[in-house]
Amino acid sequence: MSKQIAIRDAYGEALLELGKKNEKIVALEADVGASTKSILFGEVFPDRYFNVGISEFNMVAMAAGFAQEGFIPFVNTFAVFMTTRASDPIQSLIAYDKLNVKMAGTYAGLSDSYDGASHQAITDIAFVRSIPNMTVISVSDAVETKKAVEAIAEYDGPVYLRLSRAPAPVIFDENYDFQIGKGVELRTGKDVAIIATGTILHNALKAAELLEEEGIEATVINIHTIKPIDEEIIINAARLTGAVLTVEEHSIYGGLGSAVAEVLSQNYPTPVDFVGATTFAESGDYDELLEKYGYGARTIADKAKQLINRK
Amino acid sequence: MTKERKKELQDLCLKFRHDLIDILHSIQTGHPGGSLSCTEIVTTLYFEKMNIDPKDPQKEGRDRFILSKGHACPMLYLNLAERGFFPKEDLKHLRQTDSHLQGHPCFHKTPGVELSTGPLGMGLSAGLGMALGEKLKKTDAKIYVLLGDGEIQEGGIWEAAMAASKFKADNLIAILDYNGVQLDGTLEEIMPLGDVASKFESFGWNVLHCDGHDVESVSAAIDKAKESTDKPSMIIARTVKGKGISFMEGKNTWHGKPISDEEYKMAKAELGGGN
Ligand SMILES: Cc1ncc(C[n+]2csc(CCOP(=O)(O)OP(=O)(O)O)c2C)c(N)n1
Ligand SMILES: [Mg+2]
Repeated sequence: MSKQIAIRDAYGEALLELGKKNEKIVALEADVGASTKSILFGEVFPDRYFNVGISEFNMVAMAAGFAQEGFIPFVNTFAVFMTTRASDPIQSLIAYDKLNVKMAGTYAGLSDSYDGASHQAITDIAFVRSIPNMTVISVSDAVETKKAVEAIAEYDGPVYLRLSRAPAPVIFDENYDFQIGKGVELRTGKDVAIIATGTILHNALKAAELLEEEGIEATVINIHTIKPIDEEIIINAARLTGAVLTVEEHSIYGGLGSAVAEVLSQNYPTPVDFVGATTFAESGDYDELLEKYGYGARTIADKAKQLINRK
Repeated sequence: MTKERKKELQDLCLKFRHDLIDILHSIQTGHPGGSLSCTEIVTTLYFEKMNIDPKDPQKEGRDRFILSKGHACPMLYLNLAERGFFPKEDLKHLRQTDSHLQGHPCFHKTPGVELSTGPLGMGLSAGLGMALGEKLKKTDAKIYVLLGDGEIQEGGIWEAAMAASKFKADNLIAILDYNGVQLDGTLEEIMPLGDVASKFESFGWNVLHCDGHDVESVSAAIDKAKESTDKPSMIIARTVKGKGISFMEGKNTWHGKPISDEEYKMAKAELGGGN
């Protein structure tokens, strides 16, 4: 298998690089800097690093103030605390006034596996996606993480960046052309389209290989920008395959799956099915949990086959 | 407290420390620092103070314990198992798939857990709700809430502090695990609390102090808190994060680090006695 790099390490390094290039970057942290890896920035730029202790609401509301001052604040904490504890400043300060704040929510999906359901983020996309003015990005490997950090710093406006804790296989190379709002087709096949976001994209690619062994040709699309979503790539995939399966480490209510279903129901009605969460998960080994909760490559492939029968 | 009783509780605490290190070493995940820090506090509550019945975990009018700093749950689980809420064999499955023992306390999975916690800063508010509920039900129940000192940086804690005072929740007894260390560093480095005793006093609380590693001192402070009228109580328990294992003591890096084989041997040798 290809090289594995933890998304959080890639993020921490990218933030540090950004800090070197742009003095307007400030980073805020809520006592999990060793986990989010914002500490890498903090060690080099102590004057532009604000660890507020365990006070996420305060941190995100402070970021609104920094943005009003013309800085580009990156706020860092677990995805689950960002979008629950700090939900109010995200919605009513940052998104409402389109403030230039970047919210990096780490340990998304089930990736904080041993800490259990209270630390796993399966509703964050649904929340941020439903807020007007928000851009929502969810990355799948280390290269994409680095490119996304650079791109969102360039973009003027509120962005939620969804990051995983786990080491993830590197899918893209340095020539990868990352553009906010543009999906990426990684495989083309006429029988079914699998549309995925985040590190679980890797299992979607493995599922496509399993399907290939059975003579089924799958298209695989990476949607890193969940909002604004790339409607064209989704509609084209539906036209080609007539069956669309979405895969995300998130509730099937309100996440990528819902976004894709919204696009298709309005533009090109197509049978859609969803791989994602319908329950809280639990503590355990990450790979074991992915299997148990239906994210394994075999489960994805089987779901794709059932979906083909609905065509 | 008699000398004999004190010795019994101290022995129990030592046994819990041993078991904690055994379990966390074997599963290579979990939070040693904050669990060691609250050993005497949790053990004194479960073996000396609380009116609870493991055979009837939902008994009306029972005392409640809320581990608001939920990451220290291995110490809670050790106490619950020793009191007979569930088999001790379950402990080795901590944090494993299909176990009822979650990485953070889970009310709907683990017998004896009174509230799901993990996201910090909500236990005091929920404890206040329980305290006022027990008052409406006219019971003598006390509600104990264990807070981390980093945890009380959360704004919600201070909302609860105001409300508990207004509603005269004198059956609410909060205990602060005052170890001076949070996740990214010491409280002085990350977010100083200032004069925490004065802060709670000015919020209208009955503030008490104890040595959080002396079962007799913890017990005496709880007795005083139980006598409070009209005011909620805050016991500021001086503690050491990682207490009992010198290389972990006072170190934020031991907040949630796996214990290597080498460190395991050193830790066990240092604890000595007991197991
Ligand atoms: C709302 C929230 N923010 C962040 C965390 C991550 N976290 C878990 S424990 C911890 C440090 C806790 O420090 P303290 O309260 O002092 O506990 P102790 O020293 O007793 O372990 C942090 C930041 C969390 N669990 N919940
Ligand atoms: Mg502490």
